Amino acid sequence: MISLNEQEYPFSPGHTIGALAAIHKPSADIFILNGFPVPPDTVVQDGDSCSCIQKGIVPTDKERDALLSARHTPGIQKKIRSSTIAILGLGGLGSAVAGAMAKIGIGKMLLSDYDVVEPSNLNRQHYFVDQIGMLKTEALEENLLRMNPSISLELIDEYLTEARLPQLFSDVDVLIECFDDPVMKAATLRSVLNTMDRVSYVGSSGMAGFGDNNTIVTTMVRPGIFIVGDKTSEACPGMGLMAPRVGIAAHHQANQALRILLGAEQKRN
Amino acid sequence: MNITVNGNSKSIQDISTISDLLTDLGLPPDTVVVELNTSIVTPDSYNKTELAEDDRVEIIRFVGGG
Repeated sequence: MISLNEQEYPFSPGHTIGALAAIHKPSADIFILNGFPVPPDTVVQDGDSCSCIQKGIVPTDKERDALLSARHTPGIQKKIRSSTIAILGLGGLGSAVAGAMAKIGIGKMLLSDYDVVEPSNLNRQHYFVDQIGMLKTEALEENLLRMNPSISLELIDEYLTEARLPQLFSDVDVLIECFDDPVMKAATLRSVLNTMDRVSYVGSSGMAGFGDNNTIVTTMVRPGIFIVGDKTSEACPGMGLMAPRVGIAAHHQANQALRILLGAEQKRN
Repeated sequence: MNITVNGNSKSIQDISTISDLLTDLGLPPDTVVVELNTSIVTPDSYNKTELAEDDRVEIIRFVGGG
């Protein structure tokens, strides 16, 4: 067997990758064989993995879904596609979490932040220099849709209070807390525990500086309730937030949310 | 009086409320979630919630940055 664009086909000897592309992806002008770009007259062997793409063309929704289903397995992709998450705060944590979830094709994301992109954000947040001054919700929406046009986004740019949280987020599968302000961090956990019985939660505390990678951990507080961070590294002058370590925490959060969605963790009881 | 805080035994004197306990531990009240014997305590009642012998207190403290 060979695979071409994640689909399997029977192997017959003597065909070039260009000839196979002519049948299955006639518009292709870039040919990748077992991970390496090759000329179209390269002969394909049994067991080879081929990728034939047309430069600059966005794959259709159907093609994208097939690629993700092949990469993740169809059952998992179905769960991912039917999930809804909320990301509260779109700074160093939130923008990175959103990117990871967009890439794997999470069906729907509620993105919440009242703030605008500032130059000092760019050392860690997933925005670009030409987005300075834009609302973070709108800038992130632009960026995420460029990664994966199939995702559905709801943007919330109001300044959140504890009382508003259940009104906005009670129906999501997982709420991911990515705030900067420790007062809102505490308020969010309290709100989830008191008012949002069915929502699982991944919060955050402590990820500043360039300390040890391995002190960033994910801790279960109770079933369906997790906190990521080292619990102590508060952002302050002399110990700022930096992309590498914030990124460790963000991807702990993203993977933990994914584990909850795929049933690898105990749910809220 | 003995109570348990985050699984550890703590002997307290001159501490009668949750507020007092948070002050003793140096924790800003608005950055914590407090659970007393499995119930979440609302922040408005920290200074009115009295501690008793063998109470189990869980405190989750958040630091800033994200």
